Amino acid sequence: MVTDLNTAIWNTLAAFLTFCIFSFLYKDNPFYKIAEHIVVGVSAGYFAVILYWNGLVPKLWNPVVKQGKWYYLIPGLLGLIMWTRFSKKYAWISRFSISFYMGIATGVAVPLYMQNFVIRQLSSTMLPVHFKNSVGFFNLLIIVGVLCALIYFFFSKEHKGAMGSAARVGIWTLMVGFGAGFGLTVMGRVSLLIDRVIFLKNYFTSIFGHIL
Amino acid sequence: MNFYERLMQLDRRWIYLGVAIAVTIPVLAPFKVPVYITPEAKAVYEFVENTKPGEIIFLAIDYDPNAMAELHPMARTIMRQSFSRGIRLIISALSQNGPGMAEQLISQISKEYNKKNGMDYVYLGYKPYPGITILAMGQNFRIPFPTDYYGTPLDSLPMMDGVRNYDDVKGIISIVAGNIAEYWINYANGRYKAKVFFGVTGVMTADYYPFLQSGQLLGLLGGLKGASEYERLAKQEGVATEGMSIQTVAHLVVIAFIVVGNIGFFMSKKKKR
Repeated sequence: MVTDLNTAIWNTLAAFLTFCIFSFLYKDNPFYKIAEHIVVGVSAGYFAVILYWNGLVPKLWNPVVKQGKWYYLIPGLLGLIMWTRFSKKYAWISRFSISFYMGIATGVAVPLYMQNFVIRQLSSTMLPVHFKNSVGFFNLLIIVGVLCALIYFFFSKEHKGAMGSAARVGIWTLMVGFGAGFGLTVMGRVSLLIDRVIFLKNYFTSIFGHIL
Repeated sequence: MNFYERLMQLDRRWIYLGVAIAVTIPVLAPFKVPVYITPEAKAVYEFVENTKPGEIIFLAIDYDPNAMAELHPMARTIMRQSFSRGIRLIISALSQNGPGMAEQLISQISKEYNKKNGMDYVYLGYKPYPGITILAMGQNFRIPFPTDYYGTPLDSLPMMDGVRNYDDVKGIISIVAGNIAEYWINYANGRYKAKVFFGVTGVMTADYYPFLQSGQLLGLLGGLKGASEYERLAKQEGVATEGMSIQTVAHLVVIAFIVVGNIGFFMSKKKKR
Protein backbone atom coordinates (compact mmCIF):
# COMPACT_ATOMS: atom_id res chain seq x y z
CA MET A 1 0.00 0.00 0.00
CA VAL A 2 2.92 2.31 0.76
CA THR A 3 4.25 1.76 -2.77
CA ASP A 4 0.82 2.51 -4.20
CA LEU A 5 0.61 5.74 -2.24
CA ASN A 6 4.11 6.69 -3.36
CA THR A 7 3.20 5.98 -6.99
CA ALA A 8 -0.02 7.97 -6.63
CA ILE A 9 1.87 10.97 -5.21
CA TRP A 10 4.53 10.90 -7.93
CA ASN A 11 1.90 10.42 -10.66
CA THR A 12 -0.11 13.34 -9.26
CA LEU A 13 3.00 15.50 -9.45
CA ALA A 14 3.68 14.29 -13.00
CA ALA A 15 0.07 15.04 -14.03
CA PHE A 16 0.26 18.50 -12.44
CA LEU A 17 3.54 19.27 -14.25
CA THR A 18 2.05 18.00 -17.53
CA PHE A 19 -0.82 20.49 -17.17
CA CYS A 20 1.68 23.21 -16.23
CA ILE A 21 3.58 22.63 -19.49
CA PHE A 22 0.39 22.46 -21.58
CA SER A 23 -0.81 25.75 -20.04
CA PHE A 24 1.82 27.48 -22.22
CA LEU A 25 -0.35 26.72 -25.25
CA TYR A 26 -2.86 29.25 -23.90
CA LYS A 27 -0.24 31.78 -22.85
CA ASP A 28 2.99 32.09 -20.88
CA ASN A 29 2.35 31.87 -17.13
CA PRO A 30 4.12 31.20 -13.80
CA PHE A 31 3.03 27.52 -13.70
CA TYR A 32 4.71 26.90 -17.04
CA LYS A 33 7.83 28.73 -15.84
CA ILE A 34 8.00 26.56 -12.68
CA ALA A 35 7.70 23.34 -14.71
CA GLU A 36 10.26 24.56 -17.24
CA HIS A 37 12.78 25.45 -14.53
CA ILE A 38 12.25 22.07 -12.84
CA VAL A 39 13.02 20.26 -16.11
CA VAL A 40 16.18 22.29 -16.71
CA GLY A 41 17.34 22.03 -13.09
CA VAL A 42 16.70 18.30 -12.73
CA SER A 43 18.36 17.52 -16.09
CA ALA A 44 21.45 19.59 -15.25
CA GLY A 45 21.71 18.17 -11.73
CA TYR A 46 21.24 14.58 -12.92
CA PHE A 47 23.84 15.03 -15.66
CA ALA A 48 26.36 16.56 -13.22
CA VAL A 49 26.03 13.58 -10.83
CA ILE A 50 26.17 11.02 -13.67
CA LEU A 51 29.25 12.71 -15.12
CA TYR A 52 30.95 12.78 -11.72
CA TRP A 53 30.38 9.06 -11.00
CA ASN A 54 30.91 7.80 -14.57
CA GLY A 55 33.66 10.15 -15.69
CA LEU A 56 35.64 11.86 -12.98
CA VAL A 57 35.70 9.06 -10.38
CA PRO A 58 36.50 6.01 -12.58
CA LYS A 59 38.62 7.87 -15.13
CA LEU A 60 40.64 10.21 -12.90
CA TRP A 61 40.18 9.78 -9.14
CA ASN A 62 40.42 5.97 -8.97
CA PRO A 63 43.40 5.58 -11.34
CA VAL A 64 45.39 8.33 -9.58
CA VAL A 65 44.45 7.74 -5.92
CA LYS A 66 43.72 3.98 -5.81
CA GLN A 67 45.95 2.62 -8.57
CA GLY A 68 48.80 5.15 -8.39
CA LYS A 69 48.68 5.91 -12.12
CA TRP A 70 50.07 9.43 -11.79
CA TYR A 71 50.22 10.00 -15.57
CA TYR A 72 46.41 10.27 -15.54
CA LEU A 73 47.00 13.72 -14.03
CA ILE A 74 48.15 14.96 -17.46
CA PRO A 75 44.71 14.61 -19.13
CA GLY A 76 43.26 15.77 -15.79
CA LEU A 77 45.33 18.95 -16.04
CA LEU A 78 44.27 19.42 -19.68
CA GLY A 79 40.66 19.21 -18.53
CA LEU A 80 41.28 21.61 -15.69
CA ILE A 81 42.81 24.32 -17.86
CA MET A 82 39.65 24.35 -19.99
CA TRP A 83 38.16 26.38 -17.13
CA THR A 84 40.51 29.26 -17.93
CA ARG A 85 37.99 30.11 -20.70
CA PHE A 86 36.17 32.10 -18.03
CA SER A 87 39.15 34.45 -17.54
CA LYS A 88 39.92 37.05 -20.21
CA LYS A 89 43.55 37.15 -19.12
CA TYR A 90 44.23 33.40 -19.04
CA ALA A 91 41.76 32.13 -21.67
CA TRP A 92 44.67 31.44 -24.07
CA ILE A 93 45.85 28.56 -21.85
CA SER A 94 42.71 26.56 -22.75
CA ARG A 95 43.91 26.45 -26.38
CA PHE A 96 46.32 23.65 -25.44
CA SER A 97 43.41 21.41 -24.43
CA ILE A 98 41.29 22.47 -27.38
CA SER A 99 44.08 21.83 -29.90
CA PHE A 100 44.79 18.43 -28.31
CA TYR A 101 41.11 17.50 -28.48
CA MET A 102 40.71 18.87 -32.02
CA GLY A 103 43.75 16.92 -33.19
CA ILE A 104 42.45 13.63 -31.85
CA ALA A 105 38.86 14.24 -32.96
CA THR A 106 39.94 15.23 -36.47
CA GLY A 107 42.31 12.29 -36.83
CA VAL A 108 39.70 9.80 -35.69
CA ALA A 109 36.63 11.28 -37.35
CA VAL A 110 37.67 12.76 -40.73
CA PRO A 111 38.79 9.58 -42.57
CA LEU A 112 35.82 7.59 -41.22
CA TYR A 113 33.33 10.37 -41.97
CA MET A 114 34.66 10.65 -45.53
CA GLN A 115 34.40 6.90 -45.95
CA ASN A 116 30.99 6.36 -44.34
CA PHE A 117 29.09 9.58 -45.00
CA VAL A 118 30.46 10.59 -48.41
CA ILE A 119 32.04 7.69 -50.31
CA ARG A 120 29.58 5.01 -49.17
CA GLN A 121 26.65 7.33 -49.95
CA LEU A 122 28.10 8.15 -53.38
CA SER A 123 28.64 4.50 -54.22
CA SER A 124 25.11 3.63 -53.11
CA THR A 125 23.82 6.15 -55.67
CA MET A 126 25.54 4.26 -58.50
CA LEU A 127 22.65 1.94 -59.19
CA PRO A 128 21.73 -0.21 -62.19
CA VAL A 129 19.10 1.41 -64.39
CA HIS A 130 16.70 -0.82 -66.32
CA PHE A 131 13.01 -1.06 -67.08
CA LYS A 132 12.43 -4.74 -66.34
CA ASN A 133 10.68 -3.90 -63.09
CA SER A 134 9.92 -0.95 -60.79
CA VAL A 135 13.33 -1.22 -59.02
CA GLY A 136 15.21 -0.12 -62.14
CA PHE A 137 12.86 2.83 -62.59
CA PHE A 138 13.21 3.91 -58.94
CA ASN A 139 17.00 3.63 -59.28
CA LEU A 140 16.79 6.06 -62.21
CA LEU A 141 14.64 8.36 -60.06
CA ILE A 142 17.28 8.32 -57.30
CA ILE A 143 20.13 9.06 -59.72
CA VAL A 144 18.28 11.91 -61.43
CA GLY A 145 17.11 13.32 -58.08
CA VAL A 146 20.62 13.30 -56.57
CA LEU A 147 22.27 14.84 -59.66
CA CYS A 148 19.62 17.57 -59.99
CA ALA A 149 19.78 18.38 -56.25
CA LEU A 150 23.56 18.74 -56.57
CA ILE A 151 23.10 21.01 -59.63
CA TYR A 152 20.78 23.23 -57.55
CA PHE A 153 23.74 23.89 -55.20
CA PHE A 154 26.13 24.65 -58.08
CA PHE A 155 26.32 28.43 -58.08
CA SER A 156 29.18 29.06 -60.52
CA LYS A 157 26.83 29.01 -63.51
CA GLU A 158 23.52 30.83 -63.82
CA HIS A 159 20.48 28.55 -63.46
CA LYS A 160 19.16 29.06 -67.02
CA GLY A 161 18.24 26.69 -69.84
CA ALA A 162 19.10 23.02 -69.20
CA MET A 163 20.91 24.01 -66.01
CA GLY A 164 17.80 25.87 -64.80
CA SER A 165 15.51 22.92 -65.60
CA ALA A 166 17.81 20.52 -63.76
CA ALA A 167 17.98 22.90 -60.77
CA ARG A 168 14.17 23.06 -60.77
CA VAL A 169 13.97 19.25 -60.67
CA GLY A 170 16.60 19.45 -57.91
CA ILE A 171 14.50 21.78 -55.78
CA TRP A 172 11.46 19.54 -56.25
CA THR A 173 13.57 16.62 -55.06
CA LEU A 174 14.61 18.63 -52.02
CA MET A 175 10.98 19.58 -51.38
CA VAL A 176 9.97 15.91 -51.40
CA GLY A 177 12.73 15.26 -48.83
CA PHE A 178 11.63 18.20 -46.67
CA GLY A 179 8.00 17.04 -46.94
CA ALA A 180 8.92 13.57 -45.70
CA GLY A 181 10.93 15.14 -42.89
CA PHE A 182 8.05 17.47 -41.96
CA GLY A 183 5.49 14.66 -41.99
CA LEU A 184 7.66 12.52 -39.75
CA THR A 185 8.29 15.50 -37.45
CA VAL A 186 4.53 16.01 -37.07
CA MET A 187 4.22 12.30 -36.29
CA GLY A 188 6.96 12.59 -33.68
CA ARG A 189 5.41 15.62 -31.98
CA VAL A 190 1.93 14.09 -31.99
CA SER A 191 3.46 10.94 -30.44
CA LEU A 192 4.70 13.02 -27.50
CA LEU A 193 1.19 14.42 -27.03
CA ILE A 194 -0.32 10.92 -27.30
CA ASP A 195 2.03 9.66 -24.60
CA ARG A 196 0.95 12.43 -22.23
CA VAL A 197 -2.76 11.96 -23.01
CA ILE A 198 -2.52 8.19 -22.39
CA PHE A 199 -0.62 8.91 -19.16
CA LEU A 200 -3.35 11.33 -18.01
CA LYS A 201 -6.07 8.82 -18.92
CA ASN A 202 -4.33 6.09 -16.91
CA TYR A 203 -3.73 8.51 -14.05
CA PHE A 204 -7.36 9.64 -13.82
CA THR A 205 -8.56 6.03 -14.19
CA SER A 206 -6.29 4.93 -11.32
CA ILE A 207 -7.42 7.80 -9.08
CA PHE A 208 -11.11 8.12 -9.95
CA GLY A 209 -11.73 4.79 -11.69
CA HIS A 210 -13.55 3.30 -8.72
CA ILE A 211 -15.83 6.35 -8.47
CA LEU A 212 -16.71 6.52 -12.19
CA MET B 1 -12.68 41.69 -43.08
CA ASN B 2 -14.16 38.80 -45.06
CA PHE B 3 -14.41 35.13 -44.06
CA TYR B 4 -11.11 34.10 -45.69
CA GLU B 5 -9.16 36.96 -44.13
CA ARG B 6 -10.60 36.02 -40.74
CA LEU B 7 -9.55 32.42 -41.43
CA MET B 8 -6.00 33.59 -42.10
CA GLN B 9 -5.91 35.39 -38.76
CA LEU B 10 -7.37 32.53 -36.77
CA ASP B 11 -5.91 32.40 -33.27
CA ARG B 12 -3.55 29.41 -33.18
CA ARG B 13 -5.05 28.37 -29.84
CA TRP B 14 -8.12 27.14 -31.74
CA ILE B 15 -5.80 24.80 -33.62
CA TYR B 16 -4.32 23.53 -30.34
CA LEU B 17 -7.85 22.98 -29.02
CA GLY B 18 -8.83 21.13 -32.19
CA VAL B 19 -5.81 18.81 -31.94
CA ALA B 20 -6.40 18.30 -28.19
CA ILE B 21 -10.02 17.25 -28.80
CA ALA B 22 -8.98 15.04 -31.72
CA VAL B 23 -6.41 13.29 -29.56
CA THR B 24 -8.70 12.88 -26.56
CA ILE B 25 -11.69 11.30 -28.36
CA PRO B 26 -9.91 8.08 -29.48
CA VAL B 27 -8.40 7.77 -26.00
CA LEU B 28 -11.87 7.74 -24.46
CA ALA B 29 -13.47 5.67 -27.25
CA PRO B 30 -10.63 3.44 -28.52
CA PHE B 31 -10.69 1.75 -31.91
CA LYS B 32 -8.12 -0.15 -33.95
CA VAL B 33 -6.48 0.85 -37.21
CA PRO B 34 -4.55 -1.48 -39.53
CA VAL B 35 -0.76 -1.13 -39.35
CA TYR B 36 1.24 -1.73 -42.53
CA ILE B 37 4.47 -3.59 -41.81
CA THR B 38 7.46 -2.09 -43.63
CA PRO B 39 10.38 -4.29 -44.78
CA GLU B 40 12.84 -2.25 -42.66
CA ALA B 41 10.85 -2.94 -39.47
CA LYS B 42 10.52 -6.61 -40.41
CA ALA B 43 14.31 -6.78 -40.85
CA VAL B 44 14.84 -5.80 -37.20
CA TYR B 45 12.23 -8.30 -36.03
CA GLU B 46 13.68 -11.13 -38.14
CA PHE B 47 17.19 -10.40 -36.92
CA VAL B 48 16.07 -10.96 -33.31
CA GLU B 49 13.87 -13.88 -34.31
CA ASN B 50 16.75 -15.61 -36.16
CA THR B 51 19.19 -15.16 -33.28
CA LYS B 52 19.64 -18.47 -31.49
CA PRO B 53 19.01 -18.88 -27.74
CA GLY B 54 22.21 -18.18 -25.82
CA GLU B 55 23.61 -15.85 -28.48
CA ILE B 56 24.23 -12.22 -27.58
CA ILE B 57 22.69 -9.05 -28.98
CA PHE B 58 24.02 -5.62 -28.03
CA LEU B 59 21.06 -3.36 -27.18
CA ALA B 60 21.89 0.33 -26.90
CA ILE B 61 19.27 2.43 -25.12
CA ASP B 62 20.58 5.77 -26.35
CA TYR B 63 17.85 8.24 -25.44
CA ASP B 64 16.71 10.51 -22.65
CA PRO B 65 13.29 10.48 -21.00
CA ASN B 66 12.14 13.18 -23.46
CA ALA B 67 12.11 10.55 -26.24
CA MET B 68 10.45 7.86 -24.11
CA ALA B 69 7.08 8.27 -25.80
CA GLU B 70 8.38 7.03 -29.13
CA LEU B 71 11.31 4.83 -28.19
CA HIS B 72 10.38 3.09 -24.95
CA PRO B 73 7.82 0.82 -26.68
CA MET B 74 10.55 -0.33 -29.11
CA ALA B 75 13.10 -1.04 -26.36
CA ARG B 76 10.48 -2.80 -24.23
CA THR B 77 9.27 -5.05 -27.07
CA ILE B 78 12.77 -5.95 -28.28
CA MET B 79 13.84 -6.77 -24.72
CA ARG B 80 10.75 -8.95 -24.14
CA GLN B 81 11.20 -10.73 -27.47
CA SER B 82 14.91 -11.38 -26.70
CA PHE B 83 14.33 -12.64 -23.17
CA SER B 84 11.40 -14.82 -24.21
CA ARG B 85 13.67 -16.48 -26.81
CA GLY B 86 16.58 -17.00 -24.40
CA ILE B 87 18.77 -14.43 -26.16
CA ARG B 88 21.32 -12.74 -23.90
CA LEU B 89 21.69 -8.97 -23.96
CA ILE B 90 24.53 -6.54 -23.38
CA ILE B 91 22.85 -3.21 -22.73
CA SER B 92 24.34 0.28 -22.69
CA ALA B 93 22.81 3.74 -22.20
CA LEU B 94 24.98 6.37 -23.89
CA SER B 95 22.65 9.35 -23.60
CA GLN B 96 23.43 11.41 -20.52
CA ASN B 97 19.97 11.52 -18.94
CA GLY B 98 19.04 7.96 -19.87
CA PRO B 99 20.88 5.47 -17.59
CA GLY B 100 18.39 5.60 -14.70
CA MET B 101 15.45 5.27 -17.07
CA ALA B 102 17.12 2.34 -18.85
CA GLU B 103 17.86 0.62 -15.53
CA GLN B 104 14.20 0.92 -14.54
CA LEU B 105 13.13 -0.74 -17.80
CA ILE B 106 15.74 -3.51 -17.53
CA SER B 107 14.84 -4.42 -13.96
CA GLN B 108 11.11 -4.43 -14.80
CA ILE B 109 11.45 -6.71 -17.85
CA SER B 110 14.15 -8.99 -16.40
CA LYS B 111 11.82 -9.65 -13.45
CA GLU B 112 8.96 -10.55 -15.85
CA TYR B 113 11.14 -13.24 -17.45
CA ASN B 114 13.12 -14.17 -14.33
CA LYS B 115 16.42 -13.20 -15.96
CA LYS B 116 19.58 -12.73 -13.89
CA ASN B 117 22.07 -9.89 -14.15
CA GLY B 118 25.48 -11.19 -15.25
CA MET B 119 24.00 -14.46 -16.53
CA ASP B 120 21.27 -13.45 -18.98
CA TYR B 121 22.07 -9.80 -19.40
CA VAL B 122 24.74 -7.25 -18.56
CA TYR B 123 23.93 -3.60 -18.08
CA LEU B 124 27.00 -1.47 -18.82
CA GLY B 125 25.38 1.90 -18.10
CA TYR B 126 26.73 5.25 -19.24
CA LYS B 127 30.12 6.72 -20.10
CA PRO B 128 30.64 10.25 -21.39
CA TYR B 129 31.50 10.91 -25.06
CA PRO B 130 29.46 8.30 -26.94
CA GLY B 131 31.71 8.38 -30.04
CA ILE B 132 34.84 7.48 -28.09
CA THR B 133 32.92 4.90 -26.03
CA ILE B 134 31.57 3.18 -29.18
CA LEU B 135 35.03 3.21 -30.76
CA ALA B 136 36.65 1.77 -27.62
CA MET B 137 34.01 -0.97 -27.29
CA GLY B 138 35.09 -2.17 -30.74
CA GLN B 139 38.42 -3.13 -29.18
CA ASN B 140 37.13 -4.40 -25.88
CA PHE B 141 33.99 -3.68 -23.85
CA ARG B 142 36.27 -3.51 -20.79
CA ILE B 143 38.11 -0.39 -21.98
CA PRO B 144 35.22 2.07 -21.49
CA PHE B 145 33.38 -0.22 -19.04
CA PRO B 146 35.77 -2.01 -16.67
CA THR B 147 32.72 -2.51 -14.44
CA ASP B 148 29.02 -2.76 -15.16
CA TYR B 149 26.42 -0.17 -14.06
CA TYR B 150 26.29 -1.70 -10.58
CA GLY B 151 30.10 -1.58 -10.08
CA THR B 152 30.79 -5.31 -10.67
CA PRO B 153 33.95 -5.94 -12.76
CA LEU B 154 33.00 -7.29 -16.21
CA ASP B 155 35.57 -10.10 -15.84
CA SER B 156 33.67 -11.48 -12.85
CA LEU B 157 30.36 -11.72 -14.75
CA PRO B 158 29.82 -15.25 -16.19
CA MET B 159 28.06 -13.90 -19.28
CA MET B 160 31.10 -11.83 -20.27
CA ASP B 161 33.43 -14.83 -20.23
CA GLY B 162 35.03 -14.89 -23.69
CA VAL B 163 33.07 -11.85 -24.82
CA ARG B 164 35.51 -9.17 -25.92
CA ASN B 165 33.99 -6.82 -28.50
CA TYR B 166 31.46 -6.45 -31.34
CA ASP B 167 32.84 -9.63 -32.98
CA ASP B 168 31.33 -11.61 -30.12
CA VAL B 169 27.80 -10.25 -30.47
CA LYS B 170 25.32 -11.13 -33.21
CA GLY B 171 24.56 -7.48 -33.92
CA ILE B 172 23.76 -4.09 -32.45
CA ILE B 173 20.29 -2.63 -32.05
CA SER B 174 20.47 1.01 -31.06
CA ILE B 175 17.25 2.65 -29.94
CA VAL B 176 18.47 6.16 -30.39
CA ALA B 177 17.56 9.85 -30.27
CA GLY B 178 20.12 12.41 -31.45
CA ASN B 179 23.53 12.26 -33.03
CA ILE B 180 24.68 9.11 -31.19
CA ALA B 181 23.17 7.33 -34.21
CA GLU B 182 25.92 8.74 -36.41
CA TYR B 183 28.60 7.28 -34.14
CA TRP B 184 27.12 3.80 -34.40
CA ILE B 185 27.16 4.03 -38.20
CA ASN B 186 30.58 5.63 -38.37
CA TYR B 187 32.45 3.60 -35.77
CA ALA B 188 30.61 0.36 -35.04
CA ASN B 189 29.63 -0.32 -38.66
CA GLY B 190 32.21 1.75 -40.55
CA ARG B 191 35.26 0.85 -38.48
CA TYR B 192 34.38 -2.57 -37.04
CA LYS B 193 31.85 -3.82 -39.65
CA ALA B 194 29.28 -4.65 -36.97
CA LYS B 195 25.69 -5.30 -38.05
CA VAL B 196 23.72 -2.23 -36.96
CA PHE B 197 19.94 -1.82 -36.64
CA PHE B 198 18.18 1.36 -35.50
CA GLY B 199 15.02 2.42 -33.75
CA VAL B 200 14.83 6.20 -34.10
CA THR B 201 12.44 9.07 -33.32
CA GLY B 202 10.03 10.24 -35.99
CA VAL B 203 12.04 13.42 -36.52
CA MET B 204 15.18 11.41 -37.34
CA THR B 205 13.60 8.74 -39.53
CA ALA B 206 13.94 10.42 -42.94
CA ASP B 207 17.62 11.16 -42.29
CA TYR B 208 18.50 7.49 -41.86
CA TYR B 209 16.82 5.97 -44.91
CA PRO B 210 19.89 6.65 -47.10
CA PHE B 211 21.96 4.49 -44.73
CA LEU B 212 19.44 1.72 -45.10
CA GLN B 213 19.75 1.91 -48.87
CA SER B 214 23.57 1.89 -48.68
CA GLY B 215 23.53 -1.20 -46.45
CA GLN B 216 25.17 0.58 -43.51
CA LEU B 217 21.96 -0.04 -41.58
CA LEU B 218 20.23 -3.39 -41.83
CA GLY B 219 16.88 -2.43 -40.29
CA LEU B 220 15.03 0.67 -39.14
CA LEU B 221 12.10 1.41 -36.84
CA GLY B 222 10.80 4.96 -37.30
CA GLY B 223 8.94 6.69 -34.48
CA LEU B 224 5.74 5.46 -32.87
CA LYS B 225 4.65 3.92 -36.18
CA GLY B 226 7.82 1.79 -36.23
CA ALA B 227 7.19 0.82 -32.61
CA SER B 228 3.61 -0.21 -33.42
CA GLU B 229 4.85 -2.31 -36.36
CA TYR B 230 7.28 -4.06 -34.04
CA GLU B 231 4.63 -4.64 -31.38
CA ARG B 232 2.39 -6.20 -34.00
CA LEU B 233 5.18 -8.41 -35.40
CA ALA B 234 6.17 -9.57 -31.92
CA LYS B 235 2.49 -10.05 -30.97
CA GLN B 236 2.94 -7.78 -27.96
CA GLU B 237 0.46 -5.01 -28.67
CA GLY B 238 0.91 -2.14 -26.23
CA VAL B 239 1.15 1.63 -26.01
CA ALA B 240 2.40 2.13 -29.58
CA THR B 241 -0.47 0.11 -31.07
CA GLU B 242 -2.94 2.00 -28.87
CA GLY B 243 -1.36 5.25 -30.07
CA MET B 244 -1.87 4.50 -33.79
CA SER B 245 -5.62 5.19 -33.76
CA ILE B 246 -5.01 8.48 -31.93
CA GLN B 247 -2.20 9.32 -34.35
CA THR B 248 -4.50 8.69 -37.33
CA VAL B 249 -7.18 11.07 -36.00
CA ALA B 250 -4.58 13.72 -35.07
CA HIS B 251 -3.02 13.51 -38.55
CA LEU B 252 -6.43 13.89 -40.20
CA VAL B 253 -7.05 17.04 -38.13
CA VAL B 254 -3.59 18.44 -39.02
CA ILE B 255 -4.26 17.71 -42.73
CA ALA B 256 -7.68 19.40 -42.45
CA PHE B 257 -6.07 22.50 -40.91
CA ILE B 258 -3.43 22.58 -43.69
CA VAL B 259 -6.15 22.34 -46.38
CA VAL B 260 -8.32 25.02 -44.71
CA GLY B 261 -5.26 27.26 -44.20
CA ASN B 262 -4.32 26.94 -47.88
CA ILE B 263 -7.87 27.66 -49.04
CA GLY B 264 -7.90 30.75 -46.82
CA PHE B 265 -4.50 31.86 -48.16
CA PHE B 266 -5.35 31.50 -51.85
CA MET B 267 -8.88 32.87 -51.57
CA SER B 268 -7.81 35.98 -49.61
CA LYS B 269 -5.04 36.53 -52.21
CA LYS B 270 -7.61 36.24 -55.01
CA LYS B 271 -9.93 38.75 -53.29
CA LYS B 272 -7.09 41.27 -52.96
CA ARG B 273 -6.44 41.08 -56.72
